[in-house]
Amino acid sequence: MPILLEFKNVSKIYNNVTKALTDVSFSVEEGEFVAIIGPSGSGKSTILRCINRLVDVTQGSVFFDGHDINQADKKEIRQVRKKVGMIFQHYNLVDRLSVIENVLHGRLGYKSAISGVVGHYTEEEKERAFQILAMLGLTEEAYKRCDELSGGQKQRVGIARSLMQEPRLLLCDEPIASLDPSSAKIIMDYLRDINETMGITCVANLHQVDVAMRYAKRIIGITAGQIVFDGPSDKLTRTKIYKIYESNEGELITDVG
Amino acid sequence: MSELDMARQLPITLDINKFMRKSRRGTIKTSTKSKSDFAIKMTLFVLLFLTVYGFATFDYKNVDIAKAVTGTWNNAKVLFGQPRLTYGTWREMLKELFVTFSLGALSTIFGAIIAFFGALLCAKNIANPIVANITKGFVAFIRAVPTILWVLIFTISAGLGSVAAVIGLTFHSAGYLIKAYAESIEEVDAGTIEALKASGASFWQIVFQALLPSSISRMTAWTFLRFEINFTNALAVGAAAGVGGIGFDLYMAGNHYFDLRELGFITYIVVAAVILLEVLATKIKSTVK
Amino acid sequence: MSDKQTSKITGETSKFQNRTSIFVKRKRSFTLAFLGVAALFVISAVVTNYDVINGFTSIPKAAIWMVKHFIPDAKAWSRVPYIFSKLIETVLVSVAVTMCASICAFFFSLLGTKTTRSSPWIARTVRIIAAFFRNVPDVVWAMLLLFSFGQNILTGFFALFFSTFGMLSRTFIETIDEVSASCVEALYATGATSIQTVFHGVIPSSMPEIVSWVLYMIETNIRSSTLIGILTATGIGYLFDLYYKRMDYSSASIVVIAIVITVIVIETLSNKIRKVIM
Repeated sequence: MPILLEFKNVSKIYNNVTKALTDVSFSVEEGEFVAIIGPSGSGKSTILRCINRLVDVTQGSVFFDGHDINQADKKEIRQVRKKVGMIFQHYNLVDRLSVIENVLHGRLGYKSAISGVVGHYTEEEKERAFQILAMLGLTEEAYKRCDELSGGQKQRVGIARSLMQEPRLLLCDEPIASLDPSSAKIIMDYLRDINETMGITCVANLHQVDVAMRYAKRIIGITAGQIVFDGPSDKLTRTKIYKIYESNEGELITDVG
Repeated sequence: MSELDMARQLPITLDINKFMRKSRRGTIKTSTKSKSDFAIKMTLFVLLFLTVYGFATFDYKNVDIAKAVTGTWNNAKVLFGQPRLTYGTWREMLKELFVTFSLGALSTIFGAIIAFFGALLCAKNIANPIVANITKGFVAFIRAVPTILWVLIFTISAGLGSVAAVIGLTFHSAGYLIKAYAESIEEVDAGTIEALKASGASFWQIVFQALLPSSISRMTAWTFLRFEINFTNALAVGAAAGVGGIGFDLYMAGNHYFDLRELGFITYIVVAAVILLEVLATKIKSTVK
Repeated sequence: MSDKQTSKITGETSKFQNRTSIFVKRKRSFTLAFLGVAALFVISAVVTNYDVINGFTSIPKAAIWMVKHFIPDAKAWSRVPYIFSKLIETVLVSVAVTMCASICAFFFSLLGTKTTRSSPWIARTVRIIAAFFRNVPDVVWAMLLLFSFGQNILTGFFALFFSTFGMLSRTFIETIDEVSASCVEALYATGATSIQTVFHGVIPSSMPEIVSWVLYMIETNIRSSTLIGILTATGIGYLFDLYYKRMDYSSASIVVIAIVITVIVIETLSNKIRKVIM
C-alpha cells in the first residue's frame, strides 16, 4: 500500500518555550488504522493538528499524499484539509444549527468563498448528507438542533460531517473521551467500519489502551513529545505500556481489569 | 401516510426521502425553525426598524453634518494631540482626581455593605421568596432612576457637595451589587448549606462559614468592577451636577473656558487613572483567588 | 513499603497543619482587608469633606422632601405629552446608538478575535483601539462634540456611540472567543475559509450572547443618555434639568416617573427575550 502520511523529524515548540514534539518520525500507509496513545499533554493532539495545519510545526516536515504540508500556501492548505476529516473530543459542532446543516459544513472546503457564505448546497450534496446520516442511524435527528442530542449522537454528527468531505484520512482526537462506555463502543465500531469498508485511513488519539489494542492494528505510543513505541498492537506488552505512561506497575487504571 | 403504511415500509431498506423536508420549490430543507432563532431575528428586526425610524424622525436642527464632522475631527486632533494645562495646575488636577477617586471609593464601600445584606435577602438558596421578591422589586426601582437624578435630588436635601454625590452613586452601586452578590451566593453548592444546616448551624454561622468563604472571590471581583464604574460615574456626576472632583474641571475646561488643550490634558489624566485602576483591580482579584 | 506508608502519614499531618494555617491566614487576611477598607474610607471621607452625619440624615430628609414636592400637579400633567415625546426621542437615540455601535463593533471585533485567524498585530491594534474608546469617558466625547455640533441630538448620539463602541468591541471579542472557539476549529479543519467560518460558525453560535449584550447596552444607554442630555442640553435629561432648575419639581417628578417606567419596562422585556433566545 502506498504511503499516505509521513512525519519526518517533526518538532513543535509552543511560544518558544513549551516543547510539544521532539523529532517525531513515522509514516502511515493508505487504509491503516493507527492509534496514538500516551499520557495527557504528551503531544497527541499536536501530532494530529500538524497534519491539517491547525498547528504549524517548528522543525521537520509533514507529507500528506506526497506533498509537503509546511510548504503549502493558503489555497493548498485548503486542498489538504478538504481531504482530511477530523472529529473531536468535544464534537465541536455548531450547537444551535440543525444536524443536517452541521453535516453539510463538511462541504465548505469545496465551495467558493461566496457560495459557501450564503450556504448554498446542491440537492446532490443534501441527499448525500441524508445517506450518510442513514448510515450512522441519525435520519430521525436530521432536523433537530445539535444541542438537543446526546453525546454519542453528537459524535456521530461529527463523523458524518467529516465523511461529507469525502476524506482520505480521518483524524480522531480523543473521539470517545467524553462518552459513556456503550456510546463509546458504537462510535469505535463505526470508525472501524469506515476504515474497513470505505477504505479511509484513520489516525486516532485514544486514552484507553485496551480500546486502542482492540480496534487498531498498529499503535504509536508517545511520551513527552517523543515516540517510544511504534508497532503492531499485539506487540504492545505491559512493560511497554508502563514505559509509555511513565508509571510503575499497579498504578494504571487498566491494571484493575 | 397512515401508520400501517409506515410500519410496512420500515425498516429493511431505509427510505431516506421520507425523512427529508421539502421546501415549496421542492428543494430539501436544511434549517429548522426554532423559537430562539425566531426571537433573535424578530428582536434585531424591531431594533433595526426603531433605528431607521429614529434617524428619520430626529430633529437635527439643520446642523451641517459635514462641517460638524470635520470640525470635530480637527478638534479631536487638538484635544488628543496638544494637551496642555492653562487654567489649572498639576497639583490641583491630581488633588481633584483623588477627590473623584474617593467619591468612587466611598460609594463603592457603602454600596458593598448595603448590597451584602441586600443579597442575603435576595439569594434564592437562602432567602424567603416573598422577602426576596419585595427586595428585588425595590432594587429594580432604585436602579431604574439614573444616578445623575439621584444626585440632583439629594443636592436639595444635603447641599451641593460630596454627600449628594456619594449617596446618589451609592444607590446604583447597591442595586448593581445586590444583584451580583446574590448571583455569587446562589452559585454556592446547595449541599454545603444543607450540611451546615443539618449540623445545627445558625443562619449567621452559615453565612460566615459557608457562603462568604466560597463566594468572596467572585464578590470581590464584582466589587472592583463596580469601583471602576463608580469612578467614571463620579467623574460624570462631577461634570453634570457640579459636585466636585476632576469631572467638574473637565466640564469647566469644555463648557466654560472652551479650551480643548486643557480638556485633552485632563482626559489623559483620567484615562491613565482608569487604566491604573484596572491593572490594580486585576492584581487584587488574583490575590483574592 | 513501610517507609512509603510513614511518609504518607507525615504527609497527611503536614497537610492538616497546612489547613489550620489556612484558617489563621484567612483570619489575618480578613483583618487586613477590613483595616485597608477602613483606612480607605477615612482617607476618602477626609479628602471629599464627606459629612457622615449629614449623609445619614439627608436620606430621610430627601425622602420627606420627595413626598412633599414630587407630586404632579395640573400644570405638570399638561406637560405629559411633551415629556412623552422627549422620552420617546431618548429611547430612540439609545436604540439607534446601540444598534449602530453594535454593528460596527461586531465587524471590528471579528478582526480582533482568534476565531478569524487574523494576524497578531491586527488583533493587537484592534484591542488597543477598543481600549481607547472604552477608557475615554463619554463626558469627554460630549464636551468635544459640543464644540462643533452644538446643542444637538447628534452630540449625544456620537458621545454615546464612541463609548458604546469601545465597550461592545471588547465584550464581543471576549464572547466570540469563548463561545465559538470549538466549532470554529472544526470548520477550519474541513477546509472552510475565514469568511465561511464566520457565517457558518461564529455568527450562529455567538448570536444569542451578542443580542443579549445589545439589549443590556440599550438599558444602560437610556440611563447614560439622561446624563449626557444634561450636559448637551438634549433629550429627557435636559428636560429634567430645566424643570429642576426652575424649581418646577412636580414636572420634574413626572420626568423621573416616566424614566423609571421606561427603564423597568425595557428591562423586563429584555429579560423575557433573553429567556427565549439563550
